[in-house]
Amino acid sequence: MSRIIFAIMLMLFSVGVAHAVLPSEMLTNPVQEARARAISSNLRCLVCQNQTIDDSSADLARDLRLIVRERIVAGDSDAQVMEYVVARYGNYVLLKPPFQMDTALLWLLPFAALILALAVTYATLRGRVVTDDADEPNDILKGD
Amino acid sequence: MKLRPATILPLALFAVMGGVLVIGLNHDPHVMPSTLLGAPLPAFDLPALDEAQPKIKSASMKGGFTLLNVWGSWCVSCRYEHPLLMSLSKDKRFKLVGIDWRDTKAHADDYLLTNGNPYAAIGTDQGGRTVIDLGVSGAPETFVVDNAGTVRLRVPGPLTPEIWAKDVEPLLKDQGPAS
Repeated sequence: MSRIIFAIMLMLFSVGVAHAVLPSEMLTNPVQEARARAISSNLRCLVCQNQTIDDSSADLARDLRLIVRERIVAGDSDAQVMEYVVARYGNYVLLKPPFQMDTALLWLLPFAALILALAVTYATLRGRVVTDDADEPNDILKGD
Repeated sequence: MKLRPATILPLALFAVMGGVLVIGLNHDPHVMPSTLLGAPLPAFDLPALDEAQPKIKSASMKGGFTLLNVWGSWCVSCRYEHPLLMSLSKDKRFKLVGIDWRDTKAHADDYLLTNGNPYAAIGTDQGGRTVIDLGVSGAPETFVVDNAGTVRLRVPGPLTPEIWAKDVEPLLKDQGPAS
């Protein structure tokens, strides 16, 4: 019985994250290949939208993976490789958009919402304490 | 009635959210802005589909308007767009140049034989490098290049008579005074 459970567990947990990179695409230098993988996982596949080019098996994603590796071999820094792709497809290909004028709202809105929520909470709580005191002074505290 | 912040705030938030959602409805996330608009056409030098013809070079696209159309025999929307391209091929105001993307010569020839060949010249991009330099994400895609070699318009997806009348025709009307 425990063998069967073990087998089932093995099957369940042996499912890894699927990557689309083919062995033939990989660079022989492991450091360069690791850089390529890191860059690829930050670039959006343009055909599939919610996958990275590292995950997608689309032809265009494959072409872009090859270009990323080509730039690395040519001696580009990670930032230069990113720039190369952004120059062609715009910031849209970046899965993490850069902080700039037109993305300021995107980055700052969550913090603005947090500050607003804290302010509203503070104002509400403060108001409540004052009215409680005015209505029935010290009664509640005495009861405790 | 005195308007208190507690009354106005939810209404104001509702108005802001409504505004954002209306923008969202009218915005197609599949259409990306092109980085090429107003920029010179990236340099390319592609072999012609018919080897007997001269190569297709970006440098040769000056001195007149060019319609650069990325297509492939495998591309379904290209078939939809094709009749319009056929009628445009008679227009003398521009040159219609095709880039055959990730295709085989046999398939491309067959496609053009069946559907007609609207192109003044066709280059092939098997590796997809030029197409990536153009920032193309899918076929068909059309670029309007002016006589100075500057990209004036990018149409992702099939050209339609509506897009033509609204976006392309006005550019071609400018052509006279600009040159």
